[in-house]
Amino acid sequence: MTHLDGNALAGTFADVFGIEFTEAIGQCAGCRHRAVLARAHAYVTEMGAVARCETCGGVLAVVVRTPTAVLVNLSGLAYVSLTRR
Amino acid sequence: MTERFRAGWHVGRVVSRRPETSSAVRLEIEVPTWPGNHAGSHLDIRLTAPDGYQASRSYSIASSGPATRVVLAVDEVPSGEVSPYLVHDLVEGDELEVHGPLGRYFVWTPDDPDPAPVQLIAGGSGVVPLYAMAAAREREARGPDFRLLYSVRTPDDVFFADELAALTATSIDVVHTRRAPAGSARPPGRLTGQSLAASIFPATAMPRIYVCGPTPFVETVAGWLSQLGHDPARIRTERFGGSG
Repeated sequence: MTHLDGNALAGTFADVFGIEFTEAIGQCAGCRHRAVLARAHAYVTEMGAVARCETCGGVLAVVVRTPTAVLVNLSGLAYVSLTRR
Repeated sequence: MTERFRAGWHVGRVVSRRPETSSAVRLEIEVPTWPGNHAGSHLDIRLTAPDGYQASRSYSIASSGPATRVVLAVDEVPSGEVSPYLVHDLVEGDELEVHGPLGRYFVWTPDDPDPAPVQLIAGGSGVVPLYAMAAAREREARGPDFRLLYSVRTPDDVFFADELAALTATSIDVVHTRRAPAGSARPPGRLTGQSLAASIFPATAMPRIYVCGPTPFVETVAGWLSQLGHDPARIRTERFGGSG
């Protein structure tokens, strides 16, 4: 399937965490690449989304929607840096 | 610092709809609680069926600033779940559930202190957020020079044709991939690295570059920009595609 990018995940992360995902900086836990999360590759389906590192392809984040919950796995992100406003 | 425009869920009412092209509709939506939005940001529209089934899709916003009137231009993805409804079935007066404004990365703001020129590169309906940026620049008395390179199938597929033609702060090159206007010097055909290089700001001008289009278009253009020596850190991209 064709990937999109982190811009496509803005709504999901605003909804779940109330954060602005696209301009947050994330570090890949695999290859240590640091970039704004808008640059991550995003694979989006009705079930949820997967964000992958633009450099190594490692999975950064997985979001799955079930009828009763939203499951979020961020174990591929070493850290996320959000600008304070 | 620019305004925050915090994202939230809102209910809007369609106040006007008209054909944008043969496959797209322009919607004006009045959202009384809308906080305003930066040029280039998007929103999600969520439709709910009578049985509770929900489908949500992202659409770039063609308008910007503090207004509560939000303008969208939606291209139909024929096999899609949301866009055919928006293009064919939605009528004036209908209510829509919208979530936004979303995306603070793929935006241009007039108070941006960077004096470098701004290059916009659009594939198809990817022109919508870039038109919003050019229109925001147009409202300012001064600011950086803008250029728009717009790849589109035929002259009939151009979004915001009249508005683009009226811009004075943005110079525009349109590349027609399937059919060119009568008398056009350039035969129809896909954008090439060479024609791209000839119509955008050179790397020596250190432009900021925004690219929006379907994923293959964005990937191809980003590759050319890299070969031309443009700094990847100054290139912002937004891809769309798939389910519509």
